[in-house]
Amino acid sequence: MNVHEYQAKDLMRQFNIAVLKGGVANTPAEAVEVAKKLDTKVWVVKAQIHAGGRGKGGGVKLARSLEEVEKLAKEILGMQLVTHQTGPEGKKVLKVLIEQGCDIDHEYYCGIVLDRSVGKPAFMVSTEGGMDIETVAHNTPEKIIKAYIDPATGFTAAHGRKLGYALGLKGEPLKKAISFFENLYKMYIEKDCSIAEINPLVTTKQGEVLALDGKLNFDDNALFRHPEIEAMRDITEESEQELEAGKFGLSYISLDGNIGCLVNGAGLAMATLDILKLQGGTPANFLDVGGGATKETVQKAFTIILQDKNVKAILVNIFGGIMKCDIIANGVVDAAKELDLKVPLVVRLEGTNVALGKKILAESGLKITPANDLADAAKKAVDAAKGAK
Amino acid sequence: MAILINRNTRLITIGLTGKQGTFHTLQSRDYGTNVVGGVTPGKGGTVHEGIPVFNTTFEAVQETGANAAMIFVPPPYAADSIIECIDAELPLIICITEGIPVNDMIKVKAALKGSKSRLIGPNCPGVITPGECKIGIMPGHIHMPGNVGVISRSGTLTYEAVYQLTQREIGQSTCVGIGGDPVNGTNFIDCLEMFEKDPETKAVIMIGEIGGTAETDAARWIKAHMTKPVVSFIAGAAAPKGKRMGHAGAIISGEDDSAEAKFKVLQECGITIARSPAELGQKMAEVLKK
Repeated sequence: MNVHEYQAKDLMRQFNIAVLKGGVANTPAEAVEVAKKLDTKVWVVKAQIHAGGRGKGGGVKLARSLEEVEKLAKEILGMQLVTHQTGPEGKKVLKVLIEQGCDIDHEYYCGIVLDRSVGKPAFMVSTEGGMDIETVAHNTPEKIIKAYIDPATGFTAAHGRKLGYALGLKGEPLKKAISFFENLYKMYIEKDCSIAEINPLVTTKQGEVLALDGKLNFDDNALFRHPEIEAMRDITEESEQELEAGKFGLSYISLDGNIGCLVNGAGLAMATLDILKLQGGTPANFLDVGGGATKETVQKAFTIILQDKNVKAILVNIFGGIMKCDIIANGVVDAAKELDLKVPLVVRLEGTNVALGKKILAESGLKITPANDLADAAKKAVDAAKGAK
Repeated sequence: MAILINRNTRLITIGLTGKQGTFHTLQSRDYGTNVVGGVTPGKGGTVHEGIPVFNTTFEAVQETGANAAMIFVPPPYAADSIIECIDAELPLIICITEGIPVNDMIKVKAALKGSKSRLIGPNCPGVITPGECKIGIMPGHIHMPGNVGVISRSGTLTYEAVYQLTQREIGQSTCVGIGGDPVNGTNFIDCLEMFEKDPETKAVIMIGEIGGTAETDAARWIKAHMTKPVVSFIAGAAAPKGKRMGHAGAIISGEDDSAEAKFKVLQECGITIARSPAELGQKMAEVLKK
């Protein structure tokens, strides 16, 4: 789960991680009110959307007067902000963060993320702050210094020294940076973050060490023990269909093709998208009905797939393990009848109770194209989508 | 022979008396697995479906001589169950549970180091040695005893591969689902090493996914150490960037862990590639003919 920068910074304050003073605003008038309370001559107006690259997209601006704060907030609020992470349609800005400015001395990078190959969190720092860290990692990997944190020791003074000295810091800023790192790690563990990234981390002319930006991501599997994080969820940032699907235990991701897919298991669902592409088709979605699907969830899955007006054919690919083919078949038949399905439907069933499942489909009186195997199913679905154009 | 499990495996189920635990334990027993007990705190001393129930794993192991555990405990408590199995010194722990927090698994991973236990999973379909022993949720009847080892991060996609093999009358030595989570107990290389040493295994199918470096690490290991042929498919070539496709592991964020990049490394390491998931059986048949 993602949160906004202003939410991330509120959380960071709770862990004594140094951030600039600021507040969130929904309207230009609120922006001015927030700005008035900040003891500063320069303000930064920052668009709050769940995507990086906001500065380049024109969503982060500097204001030198309260009038300018209002003017910029007016411009940014409501704008359709396009960055390299939003897609060409962009995202509508509904909130802005107003922050005090600061005298930046140097920009650094720091971030914590799981390194799957070692099964431990990796704490990374770099002197190349403010830049796209993936580019730094690709072109100059030696400029990223890592410390792996063992769960038995946690973050120790040695980790702090390694990272702080790696940035070339000394004196007070070094001490401040080490305490910053320690607190960031504490938050990462206590709040079950999956990413905690500060880019840039800055030292100021006054010797402060501050997070200028903050990107936090949380482990969805751990949200059950963090209602306070769940409460930060901004549903305007999430796709309506994906949310709806989630309520029914379905994992749905909208894509831009025309073949609707209903599959059980994430791996098989991905493989189904792959084979459709290999056969010259384009999938309209990824949809994993999961292991415990019932007649009702299959029906819900059809409803969600059909909300996408680009769908010209539907492919159902089920390999029953936990899931029984007859249950899926009943769900498919009921959904097709109730939703008065108009688009061609290709169904491939295999596994537990397959004979019974195929019988239910054949005797339903519906126009369902049965498929014998994965390749056959993909080919028939691609042909059906082309024929329907 | 095969790997991990066989006729001599003595299984206990942790979370036996729950709905899923009961169903899949009985399915495994029907397949021929020797189920010797179950664990549900508070229900010790009772008998469930003819299976003795214990309060703790320690007690279950002492009383039954179990050497393998299958875990069906809900995600908030699953990591604790794994740690209980490690403490009981069970040689093999297979965790089916999906949705365990990553930080819990990081602790489990540390606890496994230097222990007497091997963990398979979590978030996996389990392990099967066809004709001998099934521990997990896979449909037993699609398997056939034979000489091809199967390793996969996915559940249903593994069934797909197995089904294609059985259709061609190519049997399997052991099929291992290592799970789709970012932190798991056993990786591809661990399984490849076991298959390489297993005289019954003649070739291996490795099914990977986008995200992470597990497949490319395995490919380099294969090139350096493996004498047996490997056929491989990577799921997720059609996945859009930055999207999580059901498995926490399957998130694609950069060029390096895309399906295309992985296929390339696999090929460079002398592994036979199936570009389409429908070609796995056929490619294996070709490899075995050579």
